[in-house]
Amino acid sequence: MTGNALRLALVAIRRNALRSALTALGIVIGVAAVITMVNLGRGATRQVTEQIGSLGSNLLMLQPGQRQGFGVSSAAPPFELADAAAIARDVGGVAAVAPSVAGRVVVVYGNENWTTTAHGVDDAYFRVRDWPVVVGRSFNPAELRAGKPVCVLGATLKSELFGRLSALNERIRVGSLSCVVVGVLEQKGQSAMGSDQDDLVLLPLRAFWRRLGSNRQVSLIQVSARDEVSTTKVSRDIERVMRERRHLSRGEENDFRVLDMKEIAETVAGTTRVLTRLLGAVAAVSMVVGGIGIMNIMLVAVTERTREIGIRLAVGALERDVLLQFLVEAAVLAGFGGVLGLMLGVLASLLVSSGLGVPFVFDGPVAALAVAFATLVGLVFGYVPARRAARLDPIDALRYD
Amino acid sequence: MTASPLLALAGVVKIYGSGRAAVRALDGIDLAVEAGEFVAMMGPSGSGKSTCMNILGCLDAPTAGSYRFRGIEVAGLSRDQRALLRRHYLGFVFQGFNLLPRTSALENVELPLVYRDISARIRRARAAETLEMVGLTPWARHAPNELSGGQQQRVAIARAMVSNPAVLLADEPTGNLDSARSLEIMELLATLNRQRGVTIVMVTHEPEMAAFSHRVVRFLDGRICKEEAAA
Repeated sequence: MTGNALRLALVAIRRNALRSALTALGIVIGVAAVITMVNLGRGATRQVTEQIGSLGSNLLMLQPGQRQGFGVSSAAPPFELADAAAIARDVGGVAAVAPSVAGRVVVVYGNENWTTTAHGVDDAYFRVRDWPVVVGRSFNPAELRAGKPVCVLGATLKSELFGRLSALNERIRVGSLSCVVVGVLEQKGQSAMGSDQDDLVLLPLRAFWRRLGSNRQVSLIQVSARDEVSTTKVSRDIERVMRERRHLSRGEENDFRVLDMKEIAETVAGTTRVLTRLLGAVAAVSMVVGGIGIMNIMLVAVTERTREIGIRLAVGALERDVLLQFLVEAAVLAGFGGVLGLMLGVLASLLVSSGLGVPFVFDGPVAALAVAFATLVGLVFGYVPARRAARLDPIDALRYD
Repeated sequence: MTASPLLALAGVVKIYGSGRAAVRALDGIDLAVEAGEFVAMMGPSGSGKSTCMNILGCLDAPTAGSYRFRGIEVAGLSRDQRALLRRHYLGFVFQGFNLLPRTSALENVELPLVYRDISARIRRARAAETLEMVGLTPWARHAPNELSGGQQQRVAIARAMVSNPAVLLADEPTGNLDSARSLEIMELLATLNRQRGVTIVMVTHEPEMAAFSHRVVRFLDGRICKEEAAA
């Protein structure tokens, strides 16, 4: 009987092809909107997660914060190399600890100059940030120990100063320090916050201290946790070690901050997820509106086909046979709309994501769910017209003009 | 065991509406139809013959009284139970043909079988066979609007007969046809009655058509005023 109802539905839909198409349009747009929103949302989430991931895996950042005094707050003192050593020694599950210091500098090569950020780093920096040198090499132990005037360029700085030419072994001036380029970093692209991560120059920590910075201070300690270790625990341990080292008593607040990049990534991803759901819900509302369109047209169809219903009842169709026939017709109509909307949605999200530069992500389960929901909408909104059809009095129906 | 009549109405009353607006369409009908009979019901408009027909066809239930179909009381049955009775025992022919538009003659004939557990292949074969019986095999693929009135009524008769009903109920089957076509249809009905033994109850206004029946029942004001053997 269901197979037969399906056949009847297809015949009826084909018979009024244009009207069926217009009726299903609401559902088509609804499903297309849901799928586009969800796909774009997933794409954006992935992009953000990848960007944050590009900072390095399991990365924690330790920065000086504010010191609270009596009614005044001042910048807390920076860190020292010994702090980094203490973290490496006393905190479990740490893969690498990279102390660094940074400052704005003007970099000059020939006639070219460029304002950028100089970072004084040691060899752990490259490991912590998961950032390989693709041209040349990174600093060797001798250069690090002696604070030799050598530097590694970020991809943006390299192309600003050298264009397509090789930068290796060229001498440039970083602030007041003249140094030799030994390597170029891999390109990372934009950070999640929109800044250009490749606009920088790296120097050995001691070289930075000698000519650009002062007093052997460390402004940032980056720590990478080992894969199997929870970053939350490492973060807590760092906090404990640092409170001790900075002599903070029980009631005092931290005068430093530990940023867990994984946690931040999760927060950002969570926000996009909520946004995606919200947009999806808005789109689902349009599907319900499409359902009302289906109900409307099915009511018209039942009126138009009153005589047909009368004939069917006269030859022995049961109420549920007629109910099923119109219910299946509404569901098939909505299901068609759903499939069409799916195709349209995939197309739209492909176009929009390439336009926005967001990766294209196709969410299969959500797509299946959207089509199933569309069919369900057809069933729900088809029920009232179908029941009206099934309850018709055969005598009146047969006399209906 | 004495065979009860195939159809038996006893004291059947049908009232439409209620209160002051109530219309007594049938006012105590007693009627028995034996298996194999061909009965014509005549009477002026509003005399109750169509209402009686609807009750006999299980399309409507009497307000009071008893209707036994093969000895089984039908008056108290539910809508679906009456639908099942129609499905298995009754065939209908209407004045206005009532064929499904934009549907081929063959598919129209097939329709009653769709609501039975019969495979599509067997349905097709039986519909084609029945269509052949009414002489319309060449028209099987045509939609009703491509057929003449007489042809449409033949399709309708084939549809009524395809499920081998015990009773064929015909409500003014020749009302929309010219006299030559009407006589052809009546001959077809008489032949079906004679050869296949199907019981026929027919409403008609025309004495020439009633003449094909065995017995004429005359209605007036919701009552049967006269029963007579056909001329």
